[in-house]
Amino acid sequence: MADEVTDIHVIWMDTGLGCGGESVAVTSATNPSIEDIVLGALPGMPTVHLHNLVLDFNNGDEFMEAWYKAERGELDPFVLVMEGSIPNEESIADTGGYWAGLGTRDGAFSQPITTNEWIDRLSPQAAAVVCVGTCATNGGIPAMKNNPTGAMGMQDYLGKDWTSKLGVPIVNIPGCPAQPDNMTETLLYLIFQLAGASPMIPLDDEHRPEWLFNRTVHESCNRAAFYEQGDFAEEYGSHKCLVKLGCDGPVVHCNVPRRGWQNGVGGCPNVGGICIGCTMPGFPDKFMPFMDESIGAKFSSNTARFTYGPLLRFFRGITQDKKDNEPSWRKRGKKVTSGYERDW
Amino acid sequence: MANGTTTSTEQKTATSGKNVQIKEMSWDPITRIVGSLGIHTKIDFENREIKEAYSTSMIFRGFDIFMRGTDPRDSHFITSRICGDNHCTCSVLNQNMAYGIKPPPLGEYILNLGEAADYMFDHAIYNDNMCNVDYCEEMVKQTNPSVLEKANNTKAPNSDIHGYRTIGDIMRGFNPFTGKTYNESLQIARLTREMFCLMEGRHTHPSTLVPGGVSTNVTHQTLTDYYVRLMKFIEYCKKAIPMHDDIYDFFYDALPGYEQVGFRKTNLVCWGSFDDPEYCDHKYKNMSSWGEKRFITPGVVIDGELVTTDLVDINLGIRILLGSSYYQDWDNDEMFVKEDPLGNPVDRNHPWNKTTHPRPGKRDFTDKYSWVTSPRWHDKRTGTDVCCDTGGGPFARQWVTAKAGLVDIGYIKATGDSLEFNLPKTIGMPEMQQVWKIPEWSNAIERDRARAYHMTYAAMVGLHCLEKALEEVRAGRTKTWTPFEVPKNAVSCGFHEAARGVLSHHMTIRDGKVANYQMFPPTPWNASPRDSNGVPGPYEDAIQNTPIFEENGPDDFKGIDIMRAVRSFDPCLPCGVHMYTGKGKMVKKMHTPTGMS
Repeated sequence: MADEVTDIHVIWMDTGLGCGGESVAVTSATNPSIEDIVLGALPGMPTVHLHNLVLDFNNGDEFMEAWYKAERGELDPFVLVMEGSIPNEESIADTGGYWAGLGTRDGAFSQPITTNEWIDRLSPQAAAVVCVGTCATNGGIPAMKNNPTGAMGMQDYLGKDWTSKLGVPIVNIPGCPAQPDNMTETLLYLIFQLAGASPMIPLDDEHRPEWLFNRTVHESCNRAAFYEQGDFAEEYGSHKCLVKLGCDGPVVHCNVPRRGWQNGVGGCPNVGGICIGCTMPGFPDKFMPFMDESIGAKFSSNTARFTYGPLLRFFRGITQDKKDNEPSWRKRGKKVTSGYERDW
Repeated sequence: MANGTTTSTEQKTATSGKNVQIKEMSWDPITRIVGSLGIHTKIDFENREIKEAYSTSMIFRGFDIFMRGTDPRDSHFITSRICGDNHCTCSVLNQNMAYGIKPPPLGEYILNLGEAADYMFDHAIYNDNMCNVDYCEEMVKQTNPSVLEKANNTKAPNSDIHGYRTIGDIMRGFNPFTGKTYNESLQIARLTREMFCLMEGRHTHPSTLVPGGVSTNVTHQTLTDYYVRLMKFIEYCKKAIPMHDDIYDFFYDALPGYEQVGFRKTNLVCWGSFDDPEYCDHKYKNMSSWGEKRFITPGVVIDGELVTTDLVDINLGIRILLGSSYYQDWDNDEMFVKEDPLGNPVDRNHPWNKTTHPRPGKRDFTDKYSWVTSPRWHDKRTGTDVCCDTGGGPFARQWVTAKAGLVDIGYIKATGDSLEFNLPKTIGMPEMQQVWKIPEWSNAIERDRARAYHMTYAAMVGLHCLEKALEEVRAGRTKTWTPFEVPKNAVSCGFHEAARGVLSHHMTIRDGKVANYQMFPPTPWNASPRDSNGVPGPYEDAIQNTPIFEENGPDDFKGIDIMRAVRSFDPCLPCGVHMYTGKGKMVKKMHTPTGMS
């Protein structure tokens, strides 16, 4: 396939059970931006045709044409982007109803085509399947305990070992919503990969791009030093470490504190918001109630608070006081007292 | 403005009595909105009129079901995921009432600054990158070539302000990914999201909103970063609003009668937004008075009359009806709230007493065809449940605020029939006054025009709140959060305006857990199907009995007038509309130089 790929299609299904948050977020990306991708801002990019409900010029059948072509193998290669979680339509097969659908089966006033059916039709033809947002990667909020729809992530639906016809595993970009640049950057990587310019995308055990998710929130957080010193925020609005107010940053794989949110601005604990673990497979149930400190965090934060933290603060305080003063020789007078000896 | 006359729904329905061929057409999905919405129609091409329209939503998630039994403090994090930050805000307001807390003034101002930035973001990106693509050169060339020709020969009245020489030039500005306005608005929508993130951490799901205030660490730097961006945005508004006026006025002139597109009776709802911390204590018993102090006034308008601005009245009048929705009623469930905290009786169909019983089934347009319920407002004077819309947000907000005449913050003055915006000097432009007048009609163009003006409205609220926030920080009052405890039992509500209109959350807490949590965003108000009284929802009503202005016949019909009518409401379903053209004849493939196909 490699060298001959001049056109790549992106079929963006936003009709899982979701809020459209990733489609909105992708318009805010800057590294690269959506225009950069569509207009080919980087050298060597094939032409990218984006089929996305939120931005598309066309409606209805004209819009859906790409879905049918992709199904027939006429848009080769294409990347299937999934947004929103996958409902369990089997569970209501007896009702004739649906939880989520896109397009109609036989034109006006007929039945919808379910999102599940589209996945079944398109995934065998896709060069790669990319899940954006935690709903699509792992089920997310609609898959909470007691949910009526049986919602799940794409890997629960297709199977974790699923690979595309080109051998690419499911690519997961979790987050609620996914960080905008994480999405466009991963798409860009795959575009170059399909064009033969990049090797197989490096993924971790949960199928996340390794370079984006290999560190925890805490490992990238500008407040981590407060934790180290056992100095924790006791009220929201503080600039200190938020762990005791419910932040789960120490155990959550996510790059938001170092990438920021919008063009580097904003984020979560780095600007005062507790990390609620929205990129994690266990989200949300394993992180609720969000505003309480978890048991594990209590143990480790209290260790910092009552053992080495105060010691670090004490010794750093001494050093800091020393270094927070200018050297003695910077002053007016008839003599320079810096140590310089006049040699004329 | 246009030359057309006011047209009532009754007049529009009057067509010839002879038998005509009706064509069924659907747009499923409608793009350039968020979510999955379908509009199915019956069209009379002989008389060039849309006869019937049905709005259908394709997605159900069941938030109100899986939130039962959860910790109420989780509710803003969870409900945010219905759609975005407006739910998060509404839930925080709801919790503030339930827990009896009043955030510090700085916390309130920060929240206002965040939400103002969200309106700026939404109105910029939605109008120019989604909705106004329907008015772009590429589209008008396909649907109304003669209108494009006229546009190319019409000088733009405000060209000295915005720089586009002709109306045709303005239309070219809206062409996706190549037009100047389109690309500039994408950038502006990023700048305003930076402003949002400074206040609320992340867009769309904020990280720093909590009951009791915000957890944003606010310093002079936070406010400086917002200030500089806000002034850039205000300069953008000075050019953008006159440009939008030019294109909308042109459509009235070029297509006489165009005021009928998206027209419906002026039945509007607005819950108000931007609390003034000098007055708001978040208590239900004082809600009537602090509601009227909001920087956007709450109100209900029925048939062009402002009926109330009292949030307690507004709350008690809400009714949730079924009819064409895939649910079973809750008539046999217990009543969670029989009386409100002031002792007023609460209806069984009020959100406080609604519960959710999904009943998935086949789509049947003579029976049940949507996952959306039908919120209505009960008019005590007539005893009817009135089908109101949000005007896509800005239209109702400005209509109510202008009419009520309560807001006067210097940068904004409501006069009783208009809003005056006083924009300060910016780097490249002098002071400017913009005036929005209550228009003659509730229709597609006026909803879109109000959205453009609302960018200025939001920016002026932002400027006011920024100055207030600076006063707080300069005085050393930097606390943004008030501690609280969750009571064992409580009943509460939150009223807010999402970018596209009314949003209310209604909660009952028992034993410290959520016993019932119901939320009504703007889209159910606008996208609702026919209710149990057979009354069609606003999209349906706005499309039905409307003449067709598109020049194409049934074979290459784009449905552009329908699209403009629906998109004027800024639909966000996590719901959509799909286009199907009769026999499935493929419309000629258009040239898309940008790779968008």
